[in-house]
Amino acid sequence: MTSTSTSPSTHPHGRTGSSEPLLSVRDLRVTFQRQGQEPFEAVQGVSFDVHPGQTVGLVGESGCGKSVTSLAIMGLLPARGNRVSGTVSYDGTDLLTLSDQQMRDKRGKDIAMVFQDPLSSLNPVIPIGLQVTEVLERHRGMSRKAATPVARDLLDRVGIPDPDRRLTDYPHQLSGGMRQRALIAIALACQPRLLIADEPTTALDVTIQAQILALLKELVQDTGTALVMITHDLGVVAGLCDEVNVLYGGRIVERGERHELFAQPRHPYTHGLLASIPRLDAPRGQRLTPIPGSVADNLPWTHACAFAPRCSQPIEVCTRVMPELVPHEGRPLRCHNPVEESR
Amino acid sequence: MSEQTTTPTVEGTAPDGDVLVEARGIKVHFPIKRGVIFDKTIGHVYAVDGVDLKIRRGETYGLVGESGCGKSTLGRAILKLEPPTDGSVIFDGIDIATLEGEELRRKRQDIQMVFQDPLSSLDPRQSVESLLFEGMKAHGIAKNAKEARPRLVELLEAVGLPEAALAKYPHEFSGGQRQRIGIARALSVNPKLIVADEPVSALDVSVQAQVINLLEDLQEEFGLTYLVVAHDLAVVRHISDRIGVMYLGALVEEAEADDLYAAPLHPYTRALMSAVPVPDPVIEDRREQILLTGDLPSPSNPPTGCRFHTRCPWRQETKCETERPVLRVPEIAGVNPSQRVACHWTEQIASGEIERHAVTATATEAGDLDTGPDSLMGPASISEAL
Repeated sequence: MTSTSTSPSTHPHGRTGSSEPLLSVRDLRVTFQRQGQEPFEAVQGVSFDVHPGQTVGLVGESGCGKSVTSLAIMGLLPARGNRVSGTVSYDGTDLLTLSDQQMRDKRGKDIAMVFQDPLSSLNPVIPIGLQVTEVLERHRGMSRKAATPVARDLLDRVGIPDPDRRLTDYPHQLSGGMRQRALIAIALACQPRLLIADEPTTALDVTIQAQILALLKELVQDTGTALVMITHDLGVVAGLCDEVNVLYGGRIVERGERHELFAQPRHPYTHGLLASIPRLDAPRGQRLTPIPGSVADNLPWTHACAFAPRCSQPIEVCTRVMPELVPHEGRPLRCHNPVEESR
Repeated sequence: MSEQTTTPTVEGTAPDGDVLVEARGIKVHFPIKRGVIFDKTIGHVYAVDGVDLKIRRGETYGLVGESGCGKSTLGRAILKLEPPTDGSVIFDGIDIATLEGEELRRKRQDIQMVFQDPLSSLDPRQSVESLLFEGMKAHGIAKNAKEARPRLVELLEAVGLPEAALAKYPHEFSGGQRQRIGIARALSVNPKLIVADEPVSALDVSVQAQVINLLEDLQEEFGLTYLVVAHDLAVVRHISDRIGVMYLGALVEEAEADDLYAAPLHPYTRALMSAVPVPDPVIEDRREQILLTGDLPSPSNPPTGCRFHTRCPWRQETKCETERPVLRVPEIAGVNPSQRVACHWTEQIASGEIERHAVTATATEAGDLDTGPDSLMGPASISEAL
């Protein structure tokens, strides 16, 4: 990797519409059932498509169900105490109907995941090199000996300096950014067609975040891997995702191509989020417009709009009827009273 | 508030009414110890290594930098929560670094702190009333809770919480509300300076704005001076009047918030600014990023000369590796004289005489101490110390 690079002027645009979606999530619901407690529906009917080579963002604040969605897609939620329904079709196969064994074959090979905290997702007592070759041995049937140079190249590919030496290093010997790179190397080992990244840069400093985002962008461009980016950071989404889904209270409230969504956010929540973030390029002295209240004020979606108590422009129907996710000016939107002005 | 007559005043600083806090040559070095029976000091983590800064009365000074740059340690050193290894902190004409015991305790009434994580900085077994009253009692502002009650209600109102909150406990509040309690506690003793260490980074973005606005309102209402320590450049730029950028224990650039954004001069500030994502696809698409290679070098073994030279895309053959640059006003036309930069080549970089070049990444270890062939125990304790 070169030290200085300019961000590409042409952004990899997803081939939306034309090709078959690689991943198609329909009406995904996840309910947590705990003894002695009311069941809690964390994800309440989420549907979206991901096409090959496309980067799709799932954005929302803590508790909006974005991470649970990704875990459900990967089949990583423990069966006990959780109920998952809906369909997650990957290349025509419904992942939710697969057995644990079949799912294990898919995970890591066809679909890979990068988590937020690399230190807790890497095994602390196994050298980095072995953690990469392990995947190659398991899914591609390579011998340890044959896998080692491949692992070395993978580490090199994700920009880890001195990869030969790093093969024998343990996770604690790497810095945070290097660990995240190692995790990406493991995820890429079998050239997955779908990569799910759950807050991959949240634990990192901005300059390191910039490196990792540039790496992900490059990978999508070079390999045509589809990327699902889960984040709370609208800035990350703005630069990386072709399509953005905004989640609130376990449901998608707005979806759109990034330029359209950021230029004309129609949902008061999206609009409010953008108005509440201090921007580096905003004129100083401008006051932020926060979204009042907190997620604790949410109404149940069943018979209202969950966001209504915090909304800047609620109307009477908002507290009575749940809005559906229906096209509004060509973009899916879940709102009774959309924001009309542009930002 | 009774002024201590015994406290040493530092000559020459007292008349300067404009400056509330002046830090001179602050150094905080943490010893790295090894040995089971004998605690042998085998090296130091140079968390803060020679920082001078002045905070004016009524302004907000923002300290930014990445993790491990020493910004939090510097904030704590100013309160003497972390005794500085060297240097002095002159607060309102009095050198805090020399204060001890009771005098120091009394002085702390003027300097309060707001922490990042309100859940761990508020005692879970204390009601809000008791949390807020504790400081007032310690500083003799109120004798009993009954007497303090009107003041407590006033405080809660100032931070936007209802009176009913007094009887509740920290776990009954949301993150944003807890941070409001933390702010109310800091305000309870009528401080002059509030040091806020990452005050909003644990909060969701929609709630972040509420707390930022609150901090701004309170500053206006009570004439407070803030030292805000944060890693989020956008947040710091939003609330600060002046900003200091830290890298490996030292200030590399200091400027008015607007100047820093309009024309960052130090190579590190330029890279940092260019790395912050902006929630606007149009800007993101045409933004020129300066990607730095590698990671922050270990503060226990900082690079010689300019500490940024190992990652600097503008590094030169001479000076950078051997001479440590001092914070100075650059000789560039049109630059505000309040902007100071610690770079040998600022002028040449600004004029385009020196161009950016590629840097090869060198491997840095997490907690790499390089003090001997055998590795040391517990890098975790070092990161904790930072």
